[in-house]
Amino acid sequence: METTMTESREMSAAGIKMDETQGLTFPRIDCRNIDVFYGDKQAIFDISLPVPDRSVTALIGPSGCGKSTFLRCLNRMNDTIESCKVTGEIIMDGENINDPGMDPVLLRSRVGMVFQKPNPFPKSIYDNIAYGPRIHGLAASREDLDAMVEKSLRRAGLWDEVKDRLTSPANSLSGGQQQRLCIARAIAVRPEVILMDEPCSALDPVATARIEELIDELRKRYCIVIVTHSMQQAARVSQRTAFFHLGELVEMGETDQIFTNPRERRTEDYITGRFG
Amino acid sequence: MSDHIVSAFTDELDKLAADILRMGGIVETMILDACAAVNKNDVDVARDVVARDEQVDKIEADVERQIVSLIARRQPMAHDLRAVFSALKVVGELERIGDLSKNIAKRTQRLDENVGASMRKGIYRMASPVSRQLNMVLDAYATGNASEAKAVWEGDEDIDQHYNSLFREMLTYMIEDPRTIGAGAHMLFMAKNLERIGDHCTNIAEFVYFQATGEYLLSTDRPKTPHLDG
Amino acid sequence: MTDVAPDPFRNEKALRRLKKRRAADARFRLYGLSAIAFALLALSVLVASIGFQAISAATYHKLRFDIVLDPAVIAPKGNDTPAEISRNVDGFYTLIRSNLEATFPEADEDRMASRQLGELVTRLAVLPTAKWVAENPTQIGQTATIKVPLNDDLDLYLKGAVSKEFRLRLGDISAVAETAPRQVLLTGAGAFKALESLIAVQRQEVGDAVDARSTLVSSGTAMGRVTSLSTDTLEMTLLTGSASDFRTGRPMARMIALPESQRNVSDLQIAWTLALKDMGRISRVPHTSLLTHTDSTYPELAGALAAIVGSLLTMMVTAFIAIPIGIFASVYLEEFAPRNRLTEIIEVNINNLAAVPSIVFGLLGAAVFLGFFGLPRSAPLVGGLVLALLTLPTIIIASRAALKSVPPSIRAAALGVGASKMQSVFHHVLPVAGPGIFTGAILGMARALGETAPLLLIGMVAFVADVPTGPTDESTALPVLVYSWSTNAERAWEPMTAAVIVILLLFLVTMNGIVVLLRRRFERRW
Repeated sequence: METTMTESREMSAAGIKMDETQGLTFPRIDCRNIDVFYGDKQAIFDISLPVPDRSVTALIGPSGCGKSTFLRCLNRMNDTIESCKVTGEIIMDGENINDPGMDPVLLRSRVGMVFQKPNPFPKSIYDNIAYGPRIHGLAASREDLDAMVEKSLRRAGLWDEVKDRLTSPANSLSGGQQQRLCIARAIAVRPEVILMDEPCSALDPVATARIEELIDELRKRYCIVIVTHSMQQAARVSQRTAFFHLGELVEMGETDQIFTNPRERRTEDYITGRFG
Repeated sequence: MSDHIVSAFTDELDKLAADILRMGGIVETMILDACAAVNKNDVDVARDVVARDEQVDKIEADVERQIVSLIARRQPMAHDLRAVFSALKVVGELERIGDLSKNIAKRTQRLDENVGASMRKGIYRMASPVSRQLNMVLDAYATGNASEAKAVWEGDEDIDQHYNSLFREMLTYMIEDPRTIGAGAHMLFMAKNLERIGDHCTNIAEFVYFQATGEYLLSTDRPKTPHLDG
Repeated sequence: MTDVAPDPFRNEKALRRLKKRRAADARFRLYGLSAIAFALLALSVLVASIGFQAISAATYHKLRFDIVLDPAVIAPKGNDTPAEISRNVDGFYTLIRSNLEATFPEADEDRMASRQLGELVTRLAVLPTAKWVAENPTQIGQTATIKVPLNDDLDLYLKGAVSKEFRLRLGDISAVAETAPRQVLLTGAGAFKALESLIAVQRQEVGDAVDARSTLVSSGTAMGRVTSLSTDTLEMTLLTGSASDFRTGRPMARMIALPESQRNVSDLQIAWTLALKDMGRISRVPHTSLLTHTDSTYPELAGALAAIVGSLLTMMVTAFIAIPIGIFASVYLEEFAPRNRLTEIIEVNINNLAAVPSIVFGLLGAAVFLGFFGLPRSAPLVGGLVLALLTLPTIIIASRAALKSVPPSIRAAALGVGASKMQSVFHHVLPVAGPGIFTGAILGMARALGETAPLLLIGMVAFVADVPTGPTDESTALPVLVYSWSTNAERAWEPMTAAVIVILLLFLVTMNGIVVLLRRRFERRW
């Protein structure tokens, strides 16, 4: 496992070569020529971005650069905005998930999402995790569900903190714990991809560090795409970084390379704080 | 130091230290082997030492790359920042030590076969305190022990004295027998190299001390033996 | 360039500006406080005035009779069915009349007095007794103690609401002489000086009108009306009792400010009532019949039960119609409906509908439900339908506000784990908005509970003597009862009306209390 991972990272360093024999190295999600329109206004211009599996891809860029919009394409969250129109192909497991025939509800169980502000349901900790498996009928029995809840909480690194108070309301947790609960909730429906929209922007540095550690841990099982305002965070958690500006994808590459030797002038200006 | 919340950060710092220690280990054997080659006039060993320097340089480049990436990606602070900074400096010092060792090995290859064993012995005798200095300072680096580092730093005086006596010894040989002047000159450079290695060890000790305490050891505070060659 | 102060916050101008700002601040706080004080004052005046009026209706006077339930009178046929007995108001009333006539034999002397004696108890007041006897036939022939409400005017008199009355105790009586039948002369040295000076003082105030006032002198159960007076003698016409009653003790004199011709209770009736009171046969009891009786033309017999039940039935119909429709409409509009011209128009119209005067809904109800659908008049069903229409906009607006206040992150979270739109709304949004929605619904219902105008138009103002048993029975409602009672002429209705208002307010307070409770209990903080 570890060897294939490092290999896959080295592969992705070279711009993600398709390698059918390796099995894991081809992109988990391949976005091709994505355009997004809000009404008449175009928010995203022809973005093609392959997202490798079992690694963290960070999307960075100034506010309003379209990184969140792009992220929301990946689980069709943009469908909930009436005026929003997405064109282009997003290939996942050989299917175009941007196809109108694709059921967004089904898709969202495969592509989990964690939001900017921790948004647990106003229910108990247990119910928060159990909700997804319940509506998707993933658990055959009560014991099954209990096990799923425990597993998800363990993976989110929250089990030891909450195992004695699963029935207390989720709102009683701290902000960082709530966000990890949201991650656990996303994991519970067994997604393949986890999207994170600035998951630490409302958290203090220690809670942020915990989430980052968790992301690093989750990377071993999931394909993670994270939008972040903090370049430092992108540098810390991601293996690949894509820099967005004004709705365009300026540069993408190995995180090390983007932060030590960006190829594009605009990327350099942004990450060194010389923008504008 | 307890672990970071982000364990990968701890892992990376640990790997950095491990790589530096590995590099230090190689360099240490290079000193000993180079001086042993002088002693036994073993050209093969000398050649091997020269070859190992390449490995050292490779490790240095790798460590430097790691450091740059670490600074870019982890934004180290406080102890971590000092550790990364020290690592950067230490890796440079080790590389210099490697170069000096290589230089000794190269001179060995050019040394006349007929140079007396007693002359060779002088260099060999000096190698062990120098390599002990390096060994001690690497131990101090591995454990982050400031007092050990300081001991190494203060121990450099012995090396200097050792060098001075070796210098006089070589001069005596060369005055006695002018035929040994060629070899003696090489020997003097070797001794000088060993003395320089000692200096690099004190530099490393300074960085280890800085990493552990955040304070600088000032060279002016160090007991010094005046160099005979100015 | 004008001079620039080195420190912009220290110069005189800045300090003046600061002072002005502080003054404005203090002024605003004062305005706010006085506004609240005014509102509180208005509210407390309202509550106090209603409460003060209603308190007199909280109790009323009942007259006790210990009578033999003579079967010849109450069951003349001998084999009367319970229904016949319960309907035999005349029989029971005769028993009561004869008891009163036996107590006050002087009433027999003229028809006027006889009629007045009969007025002490309203004929229909025996109805509960009749029902009770009909249910317990073994009581027939037994001696029973029954209590019937006193005539409303006499009740008011006893509560002191009929007229101002001056009372004083006379001096010792030395001689009592019956100068003519029912004419009594009392003598006592200086015994009537105080009364004389009271009349003199009154004469100063109202002039000769004082002569029209009745001055009654009583001792024990006997009472007479003063005809002439001097310091030492007093001549009076005996109203009830006998002259000998005045021989002992010091008689009590009372001057009733309102002349007999201007009040509904005669001196004779006052005399009897006071005599009965002295006998201990009149007691003041809690006015429970207000809650257990239905409407009546006699205030002492009237109760609000039919209106309370009618209001509850109406509210039930309203709740069953308005709350589900309101919630579904608001959920659809807020969560599912696309934002376009049509939904905007609908939204504006709902807001407008909330501002439509309630009487318009009444007209609509009368035209559509009564006229077109031919539903029964005066029925809680129709009232409920009309009030449902009336409250619907309120509920929709409140529910939409509650739904809007649910953070969008909850919806996103639900969608994010793969819930469908409907699941996200029904599993997460509605439970969070629930307390808000129900607050809106209950406030809407409270508004409906207080509505009068639309109910008047659909005929719920009818006089309802029976408690409605279903939503299609003839019925009235509390606010309508307030309206109709307040239009009645008799004085006794005033406190009764206030009492019904208090009942209505209690209902509203209860509903608002439920709202507060719901908020406390279920509102989630974000």
